[in-house]
Amino acid sequence: MNKLADYALHLADNALILGQRNAEWCGHGPILEEDLALANHSLDLIGQARLLYQWVAQLRGDGSTEDSLAYFRDQQAFLNFTLLELPHCTALAPSARAERDYAVTIVRNFFFSSYMLLVWDVLQNHEQPQLSAIAAKSLKEVRYHWQHAADWLIRFGDGTSESHDRAQAALDFLMPYTQEFWCDWPAAKHVLPDTATLNNKWTLMVGDVIKEAQLHLPDASGYVTQGVHGIHSEHMSYLLADMQSLARQHPGAQW
Amino acid sequence: MSQETGQGEWPLWEVFVRSKQGIEHKHCGSLHAADAQQALRMARDVYTRRQEGVSIWVIPSAAITASDPADKESLFDPAKDKVYRHPTFFVIPDEVGHM
Repeated sequence: MNKLADYALHLADNALILGQRNAEWCGHGPILEEDLALANHSLDLIGQARLLYQWVAQLRGDGSTEDSLAYFRDQQAFLNFTLLELPHCTALAPSARAERDYAVTIVRNFFFSSYMLLVWDVLQNHEQPQLSAIAAKSLKEVRYHWQHAADWLIRFGDGTSESHDRAQAALDFLMPYTQEFWCDWPAAKHVLPDTATLNNKWTLMVGDVIKEAQLHLPDASGYVTQGVHGIHSEHMSYLLADMQSLARQHPGAQW
Repeated sequence: MSQETGQGEWPLWEVFVRSKQGIEHKHCGSLHAADAQQALRMARDVYTRRQEGVSIWVIPSAAITASDPADKESLFDPAKDKVYRHPTFFVIPDEVGHM
């Protein structure tokens, strides 16, 4: 399959998987206002995913649709970053079903929205009109997601000792997963040739907020996850089961 | 940094939204937030999800001084028999537009 379609699929999978993950807070948010905010973000992300899947289906021209791409692929076919499929808790939690930690949610949103601000900014000038249009629309949404996450991260870091410690634990836990942002896999290299510059910009942007939050940005080191190659964590299949089971049990069902 | 009230709850804010067609900000509800900036951000998510607004104001609910409902009769009833205070006896020229 061509590299552009692969990359578009990766962008779509990123948006869908994080949208699905964050939607777990719907009805369970720490306060009503945050519940609505997170659900809003999820709807933005799922909206982006839909546009991208429709475009991928068009590029493929093999009869796939947005629904077949979202609901009828298995985890090996998903090309999202591993970071986005992780549950809302750190490695110390006894199980993936353990109580969610909002610091993990916020730090992940902060890392990813910082990254997407840079990516959409590059892609809004892409020669493919569909991609540049989706990028321009998504850029407006992700600016708000970034503000939301940065605002909370500063409040956590500069808040109580409990909120500070949880925010730092989330940074320490999630930072190694951001290495996947910068790996040069063929489809990404085709669309974003200069990941080194993006990496530098991202580190500065993220570092400024983390400094203001009086937190510490850990080194990104250790195992580099392989989500973009379809190799996922053990959490992915559970997320897909939640998301896909209804559509698979009742194919073609409509509201 | 949060201005907590006694019970560990965040203070209440009143939200005013100006709609696309509207010329004034209208009161649309209230919410809890730690400070004004956060209240503004939350108001965006709670009250403008359906494209209701182009501008938002928030003010601390505590800053509002309200009239006492028990004073209703003495405050408002005396205006009842003074219809001449309504400018309904004038014809407004078209050029004036909205008043």
